[in-house]
Amino acid sequence: MSSNATSGAAIAAAGVTGGSAGARAARAASRGTLNFVVGLAILAVLWGIGGYFIAANPKTAGFAGFGLLPTLQAFPELWNLGKLQAATYASGYRLGAGMLVAVAVGVPIGILMGRVAWFRKLTDSPFQFLRMISPLSWMPITVLVFSAWDDSIIFLVAFASVWPVMYQTAAGLAKVDPAWFKVARNLGASPLQMLTQIILPAISFDIFTGIRLALGVAWVVLVPAELLGVTSGLGYAIKDARETLSYDHLTAMVLTIGIIGYFLDTICAMLIKRFSWHRGDL
Amino acid sequence: MSIRGVEINVHGLGYRYSTRGNPTFTNLQLQSRRGEALAIIGRSGCGKSTLLHIIAGLNRPTEGVIEFDGKKVDGPSSRWVMMFQAPHLYPWMKVSQNVGVGLKFARWPEKEKAERVNEALRLVELQDYADVSVQDLSGGQQQRVALARSLVMEPELLLLDEPFSALDAFTRASLQRDVRSIAKKLGFNLIIVTHDIDEAILMADRALIMAGAPGKIVTEFEVPLPDPRQRQDKDVQAMRSRLMDAFHSAAGKPTGADAHGEEESETDSDSVTQHA
Repeated sequence: MSSNATSGAAIAAAGVTGGSAGARAARAASRGTLNFVVGLAILAVLWGIGGYFIAANPKTAGFAGFGLLPTLQAFPELWNLGKLQAATYASGYRLGAGMLVAVAVGVPIGILMGRVAWFRKLTDSPFQFLRMISPLSWMPITVLVFSAWDDSIIFLVAFASVWPVMYQTAAGLAKVDPAWFKVARNLGASPLQMLTQIILPAISFDIFTGIRLALGVAWVVLVPAELLGVTSGLGYAIKDARETLSYDHLTAMVLTIGIIGYFLDTICAMLIKRFSWHRGDL
Repeated sequence: MSIRGVEINVHGLGYRYSTRGNPTFTNLQLQSRRGEALAIIGRSGCGKSTLLHIIAGLNRPTEGVIEFDGKKVDGPSSRWVMMFQAPHLYPWMKVSQNVGVGLKFARWPEKEKAERVNEALRLVELQDYADVSVQDLSGGQQQRVALARSLVMEPELLLLDEPFSALDAFTRASLQRDVRSIAKKLGFNLIIVTHDIDEAILMADRALIMAGAPGKIVTEFEVPLPDPRQRQDKDVQAMRSRLMDAFHSAAGKPTGADAHGEEESETDSDSVTQHA
């Protein structure tokens, strides 16, 4: 057998490799921060210039509220009125509930699709058919089916976001080494242990990637759904601002949507990184 | 860690992959003594890996019975554990977690589990690697982790399906020696499926030659050599010649290959390999 000296050397080598990898990661992180700041600064400058020209032109001066400065000034006003918090809470609740339903339905069905060939073949046509229907086109039917607007919107968000979760889960499972299941069976794993200790950790990366994609879709569906009938949420706040010609409020709400979406996407990216066991994929 | 082996009896075993297909083997008989190391040698396609999977309870036979100490085997169990060609470790787990995964399935208390895992890691000389990711290990080290994962279950029987075929010659030699010595020290049975004649001689007490379609056990050899066994030992070389002759007379000489003079390619899965 190899001596322990070999083990020590290997660990020392791993330490050296780990050190240089740490430095590389730190450099990549600082580059990422710089790109983030510079990218947003460019966007803000372009917005500022556009807002200046709109305000300077007498023909468009009535829309000066779309500019960067009026928008930023609208934030404390919306906060003090409680509109920002109320709209964010209402939209956040619908998004969270819809995503929860999508994950609760999408992950188990995705696992079945990945593990059971006949189920995958049987469901392929109906799922592809349903997936291609624009979620918002269900709106008139959901209004009839659900007694509350909230439930309608939650259904639409769930319907829109279930597909990325489901298909990403199934694709993740299809990539899993089948021998892992054989080894686990050989070592006495029960079906529940197979699920919780082998399948879910093996595909957690894919599940969170699916959730990340679904979040983008859900956010895109949520705002137009709120434009249609409800009296709360970010979509409704935008419609309300347009009707009262409060363009600075309107742009502030649009900006809020972008900020929340970016924040949620960042959390998903962090979760993917946290649960990923793949090397060099992030 | 002290393990008791099993007496293995296989009666009239038959298997076919599909109802219309040809049988992989029929009416196969096999016996193994308690604590014996048994090698099954044969060309690819003769059904030796299938036989091993059936003995492990991972596949169901179409006919026949397998008994360990007189009790029928009807599924996988942590008492008989299989090591595959590749280690198939779980990459999201550390070395110690991979080794202890079977004990976790059996809901062992954390303290006892940690003790058993440390003991198994010591046996395969990987005690310094307990907290290392398995993705940071070499192929040989990963196969040692797979061995520790099997040993930690204290199996009565360890089944090895060409477990070292993907490793370099030095690592393979070291693992062949270590697995045999651990099996003899702890007392469990070994069944090794291989197409490497040397591996059979270095690791087994008895070698069975499997050939034909459907596959059958055509002959068997006792390998009564003292431990530790070295490739260059005269006894080992003499046994290799006898086994090669027996193999070729039973299974047919491979086309274009010199049975004794050349070292055949290890990557050629259709050939039986000898290491000169």
